Amino acid sequence: MAEILIKNGFVIDPTRNIDGDVADIAIKDDRIAEQVGSGAKVIDARGKVVMAGGVDVHAHVAGPKVNVGRLMRPEDKLFKSPYAQESYRMESGFSIPSTFKTGYDYARMGYAFVMEAAMPPLHSPHVHEEIHDTPIIDQGALPVFANNWFVLEYLKNQEIENSASYVAWLLAATKGYGIKLVNPGGTAAWAWGLNCLTLNDTVPFFDITPAEIITGLMKTNEYLGLPHSIHIHQNSLGTPGNYGVTLDSLRLAEGMKAKNKFSRDTVMHSTHIQFHSYGGDSWGNFESKAREVMDYVNQQKNITVDLGCVTLDETTTMTADGPFEHHLTRLNHLKWANTDVELETAAGVVPYVYDKDIKVCGIQWAIGLELGLYAKDPMRTFITTDHPNAGPFIRYPRIIKWLMSRDAREETLASFKYSSKVIDATNLHAIETERNLYEIAQMTRAGPAKALGLSHMFGGLAPGMEANVVVYDLNYKDMPSDPEMIERAFSRARWFIKSGDIVVKDGDIASHGNKRTFWVNAKVKENPQVIRDIHEKFLKDYTVGLNNYPVWDSLAPNPYVINIDVEA
Amino acid sequence: MPKWITQVGCPYCGSSCDDIEVLVSDDGKKILETRNACVIGNEIFHHVSSPDRPKKPRMRQPDGNFKEITYDEAVDYTAKTLLKSKKPLIYGFGSTNCEGMSAVARVAEKAGAVLDNCASICHGPSFLAIFDNGYPSCTLGEVKNRADVVLFWGCNPMHAHPRHTSRYSIFPRGFFTTKGQMQRTIICIDPRETDTAKLANIHLMIKQGHDYDLFDAFRTVLRGHDIPAEVAGIKKDQILEAVEKIKKGRFVMIFFGMGCCHTDGRNHNVDIAISLTRDINSHTKASIMAMRGHYNIAGPGQVWSWQFGFPYCLDLSKGTHAHMNPGETSSVDLAMRDEVDCFMNVGTDAGAHFPIDAIKHLKKRPFITVDPNICMASEISDLHIPVRVVGVEEPGIVYRMDNVPIQFKKVVDGPEGVPSDEELFDRIYERMCELTETEPIWLPSREHAKAPTAAEQ
Repeated sequence: MAEILIKNGFVIDPTRNIDGDVADIAIKDDRIAEQVGSGAKVIDARGKVVMAGGVDVHAHVAGPKVNVGRLMRPEDKLFKSPYAQESYRMESGFSIPSTFKTGYDYARMGYAFVMEAAMPPLHSPHVHEEIHDTPIIDQGALPVFANNWFVLEYLKNQEIENSASYVAWLLAATKGYGIKLVNPGGTAAWAWGLNCLTLNDTVPFFDITPAEIITGLMKTNEYLGLPHSIHIHQNSLGTPGNYGVTLDSLRLAEGMKAKNKFSRDTVMHSTHIQFHSYGGDSWGNFESKAREVMDYVNQQKNITVDLGCVTLDETTTMTADGPFEHHLTRLNHLKWANTDVELETAAGVVPYVYDKDIKVCGIQWAIGLELGLYAKDPMRTFITTDHPNAGPFIRYPRIIKWLMSRDAREETLASFKYSSKVIDATNLHAIETERNLYEIAQMTRAGPAKALGLSHMFGGLAPGMEANVVVYDLNYKDMPSDPEMIERAFSRARWFIKSGDIVVKDGDIASHGNKRTFWVNAKVKENPQVIRDIHEKFLKDYTVGLNNYPVWDSLAPNPYVINIDVEA
Repeated sequence: MPKWITQVGCPYCGSSCDDIEVLVSDDGKKILETRNACVIGNEIFHHVSSPDRPKKPRMRQPDGNFKEITYDEAVDYTAKTLLKSKKPLIYGFGSTNCEGMSAVARVAEKAGAVLDNCASICHGPSFLAIFDNGYPSCTLGEVKNRADVVLFWGCNPMHAHPRHTSRYSIFPRGFFTTKGQMQRTIICIDPRETDTAKLANIHLMIKQGHDYDLFDAFRTVLRGHDIPAEVAGIKKDQILEAVEKIKKGRFVMIFFGMGCCHTDGRNHNVDIAISLTRDINSHTKASIMAMRGHYNIAGPGQVWSWQFGFPYCLDLSKGTHAHMNPGETSSVDLAMRDEVDCFMNVGTDAGAHFPIDAIKHLKKRPFITVDPNICMASEISDLHIPVRVVGVEEPGIVYRMDNVPIQFKKVVDGPEGVPSDEELFDRIYERMCELTETEPIWLPSREHAKAPTAAEQ
């Protein structure tokens, strides 16, 4: 690490309202600097776009269910793995790449930070082993809480303080980043083969509703003042007509205020909203409700969403929404893996082919893009594919292409077998909006960084921020007429500097960089009841000793710990 | 004062118990006593103090005898042999930690080796079934807390996994199973009257090799169709009774072992067992689990899946990408076809487990064993390199049979100068890089397992 000067690029930095100004970006060690000396390495970015490193708010890239997917799908490797780059590790897989390929692929696209979207606490050593083996990118992981016995019991009794003490303990024990909810209550019900499909279905035995769990964890989150808001995968994912449940859940955030020291002003992140914006009451009359959902998101300023765009690939679905995966395997009759995790959660994995010649897949594709185009505030709407659920993350550049080019959308739409039926069931054909590079930078960088409470480090190019700078082969003043060129440019960065190291040069990996693991250590006042509960549950109900549960420091050898002192 | 160390992991079977208590001598070097361990686990803890244990690598001499050599010499020999070989086979890993498996993967990539683990001769057919049909499973705590109907199909945990039944599957009182064994219906499918079968409420003494027929009969009845008067040597009434119990169960658990995946039908038996599990889920809740043999034999399946995308039979000899095709790239098949020109046996005993013809072929060329103990493989090796005992002298991550990662502690210091698997493989890798004048590929976060010692915890 030393000094680098990226000269004369078209700088796009929404955090400072810079849109395509020709400017130099100076880097000193691992930070952006005001200026550097004459000895700095100069990178000529003339005629190219310069942005901050990408931030992925939601992807399943490390941990037990990702690995079940890898293990049970040898076909995901056959003829789909690139050859290893000289002096780098072998790369494997398409929809569920090996850890090495995951790190390399994100770096090639210019991504600096990726949040693993669901960590089962009992398996947290596994998650961290994989994060450890994923080179270059910084990562955090969100432990799942919404079906955890401790949380369900505390929230049933409306004990927010106890819930907060437990959450703080678990975040430290698992080296987790924030509060993830997956199918609140529904996954707990799945342990008995059941589900919670509306916000008022009671969770068996625990006698609490999904609405109470969501509200309770939102309060817990703001009590602790965590950097990220609650991050929710809502109930009733993937079912026709679920947009009503979606809006009901989003409304729970009304009147809630963010309380934290990380300049986050939102209280709920609703993830892969595409899967939750469905109309109709069967697959026969399935239709888009993207406008209804996005109209609400646009006016409700304290929520953020990510898209979860369908990319029309053969992929591998995986989620802690156990009952949904069981539903899916009965729909497509492909192989099904499931893991119920004692006291905490569950997960399922099923391969899925989003075939462009199937009407429903076409509609799903259109819904994801409609949401991205209807969004009035790109700082609150992030590009994702819920990797690998709606498609692999390496398709982000393709989504960017579709969002930036109506021609590209129309071309894809026209190639469908049932394009007229897809057009009837959606609004995409009528939308003329085309996103610009500034908005793309908001949706892939500045926005997600802010929602994660990391806007002081990621998502922008102001002096003092992390030196994550990417140079794309795109001319801001003369954008290519062929939309394919946009996808190509975002797929392989010309240069990517991650925390001051040149990790990508001409689209190839140039260094293993300096990866870190981000986790949150919230210090709360000692809570004897919670400590007693933890000891008792480990003694009676768990099959692993309490002593062996917290993740060893050696598994996250380069930690970035965010400490919070929670006022009593 | 000798000191009791609690919540110690046991490096024996796939139950990976982590509630062992170990009494360690004053100087922290010797294990005096254990609590909670089964007889075999207990033996492993005491064995580390055995005076017969090798503490130096031993190299076969022209006269046929072993001679002790230094670790540097052993590392040099192994590195050179691997580099010289066209198709080395590195096999084993039932009994070591994930750190070692990760380190050996780097060596295998560099050597262009075939990397395989004991599943190849054990639950390999189960993997084939999982590739085809998935794996609806759960953690063992779910069994303890919920399961009220438990099937043991072709497995005998009372002998092979001595504490499985008391910690997880038959006896324990769990959250929703407060009456323990009284609340559980145990169904055992086995041609023999094993000690597990003796504990069962229903023992179906199946005709050997007819597992597929019986699974099929279960599915047929479950789907409401009629079956013949007798299937696989079992009377129709008995089958109907068992299926009725399953349908009425709130949480049905199927454990299967070698009796399922290594009898006639092999992967097809496991395949239909998974289909049965899927079917039961239309009536009530059901899960299935392979009775993995060793405390960390699930580990290589995990580590190599995230590093290369395949759990076993990984052919890295192409140098550019990993390839798996059991039958072509599986250890015994490679050996039987005499394709292997260097064999490394790590943390297992291929000498005892492989067919004699396979071993005869492997013995024609360099044969190296990495294992803390003397075993049949070590005694026929050209080079035996002893390492520290994981779970006793070396901490590390292990994956229990339900793929739950457990952080095993170290309780005593290993013999002086003896490395861990991870350290040994990293040294071999570095030596290979020196010899080929290439830069080693370390990820920047590389750090040797510095897990806390029991004392620090």
